[in-house]
Amino acid sequence: MSKQITIPFGPQHPVLPEPLHLDLVLEDEKVVDVIPTIGYVHRGLEKLVEKREYTEYVFIAERICGICSHIHGQTYVQGIEQIMGLEIPERAQYLRTIWSEYSRLHSHLLWLGLFADSMGFESVFMNSWRLREHILDDLEATTGGRVIQGVCKVGGVRRDIAPEKLDEMVKGLKGIEHELQALTNVFLHDSSIQHRLKGIGVLSNDDAYYLGAVGPTARGSGVAIDLRETGYAAYGKINFKPVVEYDGDCYARCAVRAKEMFTSIDIIEQCAKKIPDGPVDMKVTGAPDGEFLARAEQPRGEVIHYIKGNGKKNLVRHRVRTPTFTNIPPLVTLLKGCDLADVPVIVLSIDPCIGCAER
Amino acid sequence: MTYLAKSPWIIHYDASSCNGCDIEILACLTPMYDVERFGIINTGNPKHADIFVVTGSINEANREVIQNIYNQMSDPKVVVAVGICACSGGVFRECYNVAGGIDKLIPVDVYVPGCAARPESIIDGIVTALGVLEEKRNKHVSSPMVTDHGHTHRHRHAEGGAQ
Repeated sequence: MSKQITIPFGPQHPVLPEPLHLDLVLEDEKVVDVIPTIGYVHRGLEKLVEKREYTEYVFIAERICGICSHIHGQTYVQGIEQIMGLEIPERAQYLRTIWSEYSRLHSHLLWLGLFADSMGFESVFMNSWRLREHILDDLEATTGGRVIQGVCKVGGVRRDIAPEKLDEMVKGLKGIEHELQALTNVFLHDSSIQHRLKGIGVLSNDDAYYLGAVGPTARGSGVAIDLRETGYAAYGKINFKPVVEYDGDCYARCAVRAKEMFTSIDIIEQCAKKIPDGPVDMKVTGAPDGEFLARAEQPRGEVIHYIKGNGKKNLVRHRVRTPTFTNIPPLVTLLKGCDLADVPVIVLSIDPCIGCAER
Repeated sequence: MTYLAKSPWIIHYDASSCNGCDIEILACLTPMYDVERFGIINTGNPKHADIFVVTGSINEANREVIQNIYNQMSDPKVVVAVGICACSGGVFRECYNVAGGIDKLIPVDVYVPGCAARPESIIDGIVTALGVLEEKRNKHVSSPMVTDHGHTHRHRHAEGGAQ
């Protein structure tokens, strides 16, 4: 046995914009053990429910993470609405779905870029982020915010999208679809990318299931979990199939996310066709009394918001379980036995969002 | 403009931000905003960097990391606090694990408020920082060594040292 050395990865590391710290125990070039340390971005925002009214807290919930902010806000208000028994207008449900899918598109494009960067493929990184700006433009035009939208509120949404704008958005997405296709082709068919991804960081179907992987990490290993199929918001009225790959390597996880972008475009298109007229919000009185576990599918997987209220303006408890947090045990398994040079690629392949994980 | 102001390199650290400002900083580097036209490159090495861009507020875990990065950068150096959390703590200022803005730990030269700060304002902040960098270079300002006992009285932010 050769001598073991420990190499720190992070918290300040060029491949990840966020602080994740891993102690990599190496034997020669092979990683034999990984000790993750989290806590660099812990803010303790769950306790803020005691200081903010439940209606104001939506803004805090959205700031759990700047990448999946809309879906965090949406899941939180869905929980509150369930406790209070609110039946929100159908148009609001559809609008939430549209914005969720836009968030997913922007998150996946962001990830594809960062992933390419982790492999040293700078031009693809730039191209992904260039396409992402189209998505952000639409988000900004309809919600007013680029990354933190702030459109969800208890009882509906804050803004409506005019039918003409909706048509324009769908046309815009159709317009960039061939560019997205070209980008996806690079990830799926380029030989140098395949060399970096195929057979690297294999997560078996059993491991993915028993270690509690969620989202694209699980779907890349053949575990077909997609919370959107539970039919929250307007997903129940939309036809779509979750993207599932079976190889469990970095390539499979990449393929899931690349293909999901087209599912998202399809969902937005269906929503734009089916969206009914009507109000987008309703009057809310009183305060939540009871508890609820709200679940939703984020770009990174299943997010759970546990909400407990006692009929007062301030909630008693709010607890979030984010997808990255559950994807860390699979990540540790993936890293054991890999080469040091593959560590950045494998870490990014689970799409870590530390801001979410530590809150 | 000197060679320094023509190609300032930045180092970015996410203190305890929600990612919103971080992805906007990255967006600045990509084709739509393209700060590389000012010669700005994002580096991972503190010794190569002229501008320290921090997002998010300080807490017990990242205090040491921020100090380390700041101390390792060579003079002249400029600190840009991006986002309202880095400026004052923002919406999280009342959280138990948020000690406040970055200026409680290291001297900050440029504040870029916003939640999330827009790429335009981040670029504006960094271009403002170029002026500060030039000034520091001309005056041969040497930055204080930051430790947990608060930075030295040489700087105007000295009273805000770590408690």
